[in-house]
Amino acid sequence: MQKYTLNILLGFLCVGILLLCQYDIIDAYIQTVLMFVGINIIMSTSLNLVNGNMGEFSCGHAAFMCVGAYASSVVSVALFGTKLGGPLLPEAWAMFAFPLVILSGGVVAAFAGIIVALPSFKTRGDYLAIITIAVNYMIISAIENMSFIGGPRGFQGMKDTVWAMLDTVELPWMPFWVLFFTLFTIWIIRRFVSSTYGKGVNAICQDEVAAEIMSVNTNKMKLINFMLSSGLAGLAGGLFAHIIGYVNPQSFNILKSTEALVMVYLGGMGSLSGAVISAILFTALLEVLRSQAIIDFLLTPVTFFIPDWEPSAGVIKWVMIPLLLIMIMQFRPEGLMGNKELVDVFPRLRKFYKFK
Amino acid sequence: MDFIIQNILNALQWGSFYALIALGYTLVYGVLLLINFAHGDIFMVGAYIAFFVATLLLGGDGLGLGLSPAVTFALCIPLTMVLTAGVGVTLERVAYRPLRRKGAHRLYVVITALMCGLVLEYSNLTVLGASRKKFPELLEKTIWHFGDISVTNLKVLVIVAAVAVFVFLNFIVTKTKIGMAMRGISYDKFAIPLMGIPIDTIIVFTFILGSSFAGLAGLLFAMSYPILEPFMGMIIGWKAFIAAVVGGIGDIRGAFVGGFLLGFIEIGVVSVFPSTYRDLFAFSILLMILWMKPTGLFGVAKTTKI
Repeated sequence: MQKYTLNILLGFLCVGILLLCQYDIIDAYIQTVLMFVGINIIMSTSLNLVNGNMGEFSCGHAAFMCVGAYASSVVSVALFGTKLGGPLLPEAWAMFAFPLVILSGGVVAAFAGIIVALPSFKTRGDYLAIITIAVNYMIISAIENMSFIGGPRGFQGMKDTVWAMLDTVELPWMPFWVLFFTLFTIWIIRRFVSSTYGKGVNAICQDEVAAEIMSVNTNKMKLINFMLSSGLAGLAGGLFAHIIGYVNPQSFNILKSTEALVMVYLGGMGSLSGAVISAILFTALLEVLRSQAIIDFLLTPVTFFIPDWEPSAGVIKWVMIPLLLIMIMQFRPEGLMGNKELVDVFPRLRKFYKFK
Repeated sequence: MDFIIQNILNALQWGSFYALIALGYTLVYGVLLLINFAHGDIFMVGAYIAFFVATLLLGGDGLGLGLSPAVTFALCIPLTMVLTAGVGVTLERVAYRPLRRKGAHRLYVVITALMCGLVLEYSNLTVLGASRKKFPELLEKTIWHFGDISVTNLKVLVIVAAVAVFVFLNFIVTKTKIGMAMRGISYDKFAIPLMGIPIDTIIVFTFILGSSFAGLAGLLFAMSYPILEPFMGMIIGWKAFIAAVVGGIGDIRGAFVGGFLLGFIEIGVVSVFPSTYRDLFAFSILLMILWMKPTGLFGVAKTTKI
């Protein structure tokens, strides 16, 4: 019983958040921030699978988010929206079909991951970085040239599905699905990494040639790992599209990939709990620095000398966050958690914690 | 025929910028095994420094010295290169060297470089504002006509500069003592100090070389396409990195050839297809090249021993 304390607590926390959302105790803004925390957790943990556990340097992760967002939006609009002809299914089915809609985005993104996985069989090290950047540019450019999903203008109409769910049963559906898929991602990654089969991924990270000699099928391992990672990023993309209700290829550009990279390396390479913690912290930091009042307060020593200078929060945020990260890197060059998990840092947690 | 030759000339000019920036990437990578993602933004800083130096020297209202455009151009080149090199060396000193001393994993240094690039971009946006700057005209534009082909003197200058920089760097790296030390560091970073080679000096020298040529590229770019904006370095920097990798990163010939190759592919795609297909085709072709030659055109596959 004691071993399941943390899981039970987690369950209560989830139910609590959903109840708070249901009775509008936390407002729509905080709900959105919480959902973005979930999406960022999915992004950082799934990228961690490639960058941390497998030791390859992939820096175009937003490309798969883009594919997932577009694929699931097209499915969702085709099934319940009016943009691509009339709705195929009745409204009442939306609450059952929604996870399948999101999963379809994940599946398509997983197949897009093959574009990265196949060249990675031969290339080593930094050459993979370029393949992933190139794939990011390629996918954005390809979607910009597809006029039936809006091209560079973007694509909308996914909110129809969300409203269809709300019309049927009045529940906080989006926070629920984001929580569900976040926990699903963490669970599946934990299962994969700690399984005997998934240990091959860590073996590739340590030494690829040695792993191959010890009968790890490195090509298959890489293929599966890339597909799993990009598929999970596709889930994040599908959820993102349904929260915002509008997708645009340029919102998945290299800056978005950089955010995912930052979250992984801030948390520490190969540490699942580190990736989760850093995703939460980073999203919170982004939101806190969005407020002009806090920025003005932080900059009072500067504006005291230069009174005419009035920076806007949206811009100076991106000076302060990188500076902060550079400082963190100087004092803790291995990230917040290093390559340890939370239970390695606090061994006593093991008593309350069985999560396989 | 004229169409093809005209496009080849355009591609040579466009590829020169990629080649100039890719040379900086490849120098730093060759010595430190560090992907210096801030390099594209150093290029942007170079363009802005060139802008400020040029307006200061040309001058019209109050601050300026009121020199003639030709003298300004002659002074602008060394000043821009020196000041941009200063920025590059500052980055190395402030951000990369402490991490290197602590023996951090090299991917963390790469992330620091990415962050440095963001700081440069956005601090430019906060300090100078979002308005774009118009670069003053320094060279009097001369156009030579050969049949239907027209060549401007600026185009020739850019191509000549890229070739000259390549020859100069090739000379430094292969023929001089300091180049030998650079190759030595990339071969074995731990044995080199035992030979009495000041490793930090050599690394600073590498950054000086790379950044000053990024500054030169910024000046030439600002003269060719005279609108400056804070994010001009981002896309061109990433693409130059891709060019350097396709050539085989760490190899000076590779960066040069890769830069021109990317220029040719992009101009070729734009001259045949609608320009929105540029990235799609260019990167697909590059992916094919890497698929066939996984270590780039001039890269040598490292044998791994266990």
